[in-house]
Amino acid sequence: MTDTMTTADFNQAGFEAFLASRREPEWMLAERRQAWSQFSDMQWPGRRDEEWMRTDIRLFKLRQYHLAFDPLDALPSEIIPLLDSHITLGGHVHTVDGNCVSSAIAEQWTQQGVVFGSLDDLTEEHADRFQTTLLKGSYDRQVDRFAALHSSFWSGGQFLYVPRGVHITEPLHVLSALTDGAADLGHTLVVLEDGASATLLAETASEQEDSGGLHCGAVELIVGDGASLRYVNLQNWGSNVWHFAQQNAVLGREANLQWTSAAIGSRLAKVNQHVTLAGEGANSQVNGVLFTQGRQHLSYHTLQHHQAAHCSSDFLYKSALQDKSQTVWRGMIRVDEGAQRTDGYQRNDNLLLSNEARADSIPGLEIEADDVRCTHGSTSGMVDEELIYYAMCRGFTRKEATRLIVTGFFQQIFDRITIDSVRDALGLAIARRVRDYE
Amino acid sequence: MTHKLTIENLHVSVDDKPILRGVNLVLHEGETHALMGPNGSGKSTLGMAIMGHPKYEVNSGTIKLDDQDVLALSPDERARAGLFMAFQRPVAIPGVKMADFLRHSTTNVRNPNRQEGEDLIPMKEFRKELTDNMNKLEMDVQFARRYVNDGFSGGEMKRAEILQLAMLQPTFAILDETDSGLDADAVRLASESIAEIGRAKMGLLIITHHDKLLIHNPPEFTHVMLGGRIVETGGIELAEELHASGYERIRAAYPDAEAQNEAMSSSEVIS
Ligand SMILES: Nc1ncnc2c1ncn2[C@@H]1O[C@H](COP(=O)(O)OP(=O)(O)O)[C@@H](O)[C@H]1O
Ligand SMILES: [Mg+2]
Repeated sequence: MTDTMTTADFNQAGFEAFLASRREPEWMLAERRQAWSQFSDMQWPGRRDEEWMRTDIRLFKLRQYHLAFDPLDALPSEIIPLLDSHITLGGHVHTVDGNCVSSAIAEQWTQQGVVFGSLDDLTEEHADRFQTTLLKGSYDRQVDRFAALHSSFWSGGQFLYVPRGVHITEPLHVLSALTDGAADLGHTLVVLEDGASATLLAETASEQEDSGGLHCGAVELIVGDGASLRYVNLQNWGSNVWHFAQQNAVLGREANLQWTSAAIGSRLAKVNQHVTLAGEGANSQVNGVLFTQGRQHLSYHTLQHHQAAHCSSDFLYKSALQDKSQTVWRGMIRVDEGAQRTDGYQRNDNLLLSNEARADSIPGLEIEADDVRCTHGSTSGMVDEELIYYAMCRGFTRKEATRLIVTGFFQQIFDRITIDSVRDALGLAIARRVRDYE
Repeated sequence: MTHKLTIENLHVSVDDKPILRGVNLVLHEGETHALMGPNGSGKSTLGMAIMGHPKYEVNSGTIKLDDQDVLALSPDERARAGLFMAFQRPVAIPGVKMADFLRHSTTNVRNPNRQEGEDLIPMKEFRKELTDNMNKLEMDVQFARRYVNDGFSGGEMKRAEILQLAMLQPTFAILDETDSGLDADAVRLASESIAEIGRAKMGLLIITHHDKLLIHNPPEFTHVMLGGRIVETGGIELAEELHASGYERIRAAYPDAEAQNEAMSSSEVIS
């Protein structure tokens, strides 16, 4: 080992080198050491684990990846963000392979106490704030070996802090880019104090459409009492990237969260998305859009956890699948004993564009309270040939007709997305991918 | 040149079940033909075969538009070549707005060589034309914002089909029971609009059970289909006769076709 190391492997020596490279308070390092020791004691999840039954990671080899310490100076030119066009942004953070290459926040907001930037850069200055929030909310460090890996090695990522009552009116943009074969263990932490509001547009991207790599990340959204967050994440990794993530939100009293989660990239994704309604009267809406192709496998496990009374959660996931791709959606509404007057809704619709594609839908309810309204449902089906024929009789080519039907299928979700540029970008990204089927 | 649609000895089956058994029909631009016949005789099947529905297999015979082999074309190529059918049962396309659907459709049909991704016709022009046509059809402007046929009443669907006919201005149009499911006023409006749209110079093949449509669009030719064949062709007086007295005379006059019609309809009950 030398002190000019530029990468760290995910082993003991690499971990020590990684720790040595960090400028972090002792409590943070101690938490990392604890997580690393847990990691060392754990096995990778296997097909006997319920969440992994349909998701095969036997070809995933951690030793093929390592963490880079030597940041590029700028985004590789191949990387073109989708979510930041045609809008005025209040700020941005761009990272490459977990290292920040550029960040900005309008002075108007910093003057009001807003903090926004690379999580790494802010660790020293805001350590106190992190001690009570980072990996502390509903993030489960021990749920599996990926969580332990992330808790040990998290690096890069972004931090957004909005003080009490501050309303950031312009969207903020976050881009996490990955070069071919690299690793990103980024962590996104968003803290909205009581009555604050913000819009955060986050997207991931790879150098090439078929780039590989590893992303083992986390998103933590902490939405204070009466605060309101619109969060968009577009997962657009290259088609050979392994993507493992916990994405959690905790909502305070009468907090509002609108979360649009779109996934079109990666080779295999296993994502746990948990929204915890912790304060009375909190409101959450989740709009999930999945479009898969080739041999992609996207596995989403959502939890709407109602801890407090009078909350509502509304999850709508739609996937369209082509080629031999697969999706798994496992949705759970959990209502704790005291969470009376819960209004919970979950729905998953799948549109199969090829008869070799496969969508598994497993909705679930666990209800301990007795005065609740919870509804769930799912549908799966092929594209109706009669619709294609009808559109073709009106001059649409088969491909245009398929695209039209896929766009129509997602329209219900697009109608719920309140940010025009996001709706347009998603619509376009999906339409571009629809292939010709005979 | 006067365009001409020629159907010769057309045999069509669905799921290996023979439906059309040698249909011959020639339409010229500017002519109106009525196609009549009892339920299940194969009228819609003829329309589907002309437009190229993949389930309707042409076993033999030819369809030609001028010198062009229609059977070699996909449905969208047929639409771009100038063929149109107003569906007896239009399908809904959830999430797709009528206006967006029609703008794309109109663009493709008017520019048969347009490649995917090329510009659509300008919004302003298109909107004006669409609004004009909707006004003529006494349709609410809101209609353009609704999803294609989604939750439409029977009457709204038929009206939407006529709107598409008006926008696409085909050379030949098949109107498959475009007047059913409408109340008297709507039938009158539909009949008048079709007359106005088609008067220009379209060739019309009108499949109908009613006479209103034919009063406004008097056919030069009336064809009667039975058991998958056109068994009789006459002038407007044949349509009038059938409307007044039904198909008894036809059924008795063509016992073979009648037997086949019966056989088709009975297997329909079983399937
Ligand atoms: N898509 C289809 N699938 C199965 N059978 C069909 C289909 N279309 C038509 N047929 C059969 O073909 C025959 C003729 O039907 P159709 O052409 O609809 O008659 P018409 O329009 O004269 O009432 C009927 O026996 C009908 O059951
Ligand atoms: Mg019919």
